[in-house]
Amino acid sequence: MDLITPELGLIFWTGISFLILLFILGKFAWKPILGAVNTREQSIKDALESAEAAKREMENLTADNERILQEARAEREAMMKEAREIKTKMIADAKDEAKESADKMIVQAQAAIESEKKAAVAELKSQVASLSIEIAEKVVKSELSDTDKQLKLVEDMLGNATLN
Amino acid sequence: MKTTYFTTLKSLVFGVFFILVSTTTFAASKGDSEGSKEDQPFDTKELIFHHITDSHSFHVAGDFSVPLPVILWTDNGLVTFMSSEFHHDVEGKTIVERNGQRFVNIHEKIYQLDQGAGTATFDEAHHATNAGRPMDFSITKNVFSMFLSLAIILLIFLSTARSYKKSDNNLPSGIAKFMEPIILFIRDEVAIPNIGEKKYAKYMPFLLTLFFFIWINNVIGLIPVFPFSSNLSGNIAFTVTLALITFIITLFSSKKYYWKHMLWMPGLPVPMKIFLAPIEFMGMFIKPIALTIRLFANITAGHIIVLSLISLTFIFKNYFVGVGSVIFVVFISVIEVLVVAIQAYIFTMLSALYFGQALEEEH
Repeated sequence: MDLITPELGLIFWTGISFLILLFILGKFAWKPILGAVNTREQSIKDALESAEAAKREMENLTADNERILQEARAEREAMMKEAREIKTKMIADAKDEAKESADKMIVQAQAAIESEKKAAVAELKSQVASLSIEIAEKVVKSELSDTDKQLKLVEDMLGNATLN
Repeated sequence: MKTTYFTTLKSLVFGVFFILVSTTTFAASKGDSEGSKEDQPFDTKELIFHHITDSHSFHVAGDFSVPLPVILWTDNGLVTFMSSEFHHDVEGKTIVERNGQRFVNIHEKIYQLDQGAGTATFDEAHHATNAGRPMDFSITKNVFSMFLSLAIILLIFLSTARSYKKSDNNLPSGIAKFMEPIILFIRDEVAIPNIGEKKYAKYMPFLLTLFFFIWINNVIGLIPVFPFSSNLSGNIAFTVTLALITFIITLFSSKKYYWKHMLWMPGLPVPMKIFLAPIEFMGMFIKPIALTIRLFANITAGHIIVLSLISLTFIFKNYFVGVGSVIFVVFISVIEVLVVAIQAYIFTMLSALYFGQALEEEH
């Protein structure tokens, strides 16, 4: 049947046409087209990779920053703590010192007071003694100016001084 | 960007519709002129076979045909003349004489009359009894159509390639925007999965050329007006040539494992190996034969369906049937647009698959 009998002429021309097409397109179309597509894909891949690398670097940087910040914060914390400690210590020291000096002053004052008191007492004693002697002198003078009175005194004294 | 895509899509859709509508009107006028000549019943078979087989002149419309060169290689050397010298005769009545050799056209095949014979004589089965066929390298309708497709393909892809050269960042522009996805489809869905990442590059030029050669010729067959409308990719000579090229490349790419797998299937008991060897060996030839017949049958069937549906109008001579047949022709033509692309894809895909099998290594 005609329909399924291949004609030699058409086979010949198809073969020739196809091979010509394959040659021309292979050299002038497929090679540049596929080359361009591959180059582009490669460049996209490279760009993506470098973007990824940049992102990673950025992440590293951020992490670094974070770390530095953390460190700074810790340092600040430490410094604050130290300062606080120093403050507390200083206050405590000052308090101690103040207390000490106050104590000392109190002691000194006490000692001074004590010695003043002693001196005062001593003076009082001596004044009282002199006063008493004076009084006694006057009394004795007055008492002893009259014999009756001298006798009465002796009597009183004797009366008081009950022998036991 | 988006609007340009849309406009192109829109014009594409309009184009397809224009083509489909013109198919029916053109075919209708053609059928009409043939049908009204005689009062015989409308000869559908004649119309269809006239269209799907090759011819030495390109029928345009009515009685107007474009003559094509006839190129013959005879015992006395090359003979060329224009097919118009037959004056549309396909019954072997008009004799063209060159270098003392007489040629007749019998059903679009050129016969050389035997020495001394004045006219062609026929036996009862209408075979010429006193004529033989010289080697015929004529530019027939199909060959003409193939050259046209060659020009179209070269135009498309050389300008595609040029558009890449012009752009400095390898971005596609213009027609390359349409072609690049298809090229990438062939690469990523056909070549790489079947042949493998390592070896596919060597086969890409062949696969791309094959795909577009078949596809463009299929599409040319769908367009019903001159200079298109030939049934080249539905011609068995065309498909057998392409299948043969695929077969030859398969054989040349084949590794040891391909033959071992075919003739002495590993991992099977010996009687099974002996049983399978001839089947597998036959399979080697059946594959290209299947390629040949698949493309030939699909495309020819598409043409036959469209022409049969159009013929319905002239068989029934009824307006309602006419309207119905136009609707069906449009419907089938839309399906054919898909079918021609799918057939080109399948031919390419199977070629890639066979190359992949031939390249397979022991694993």
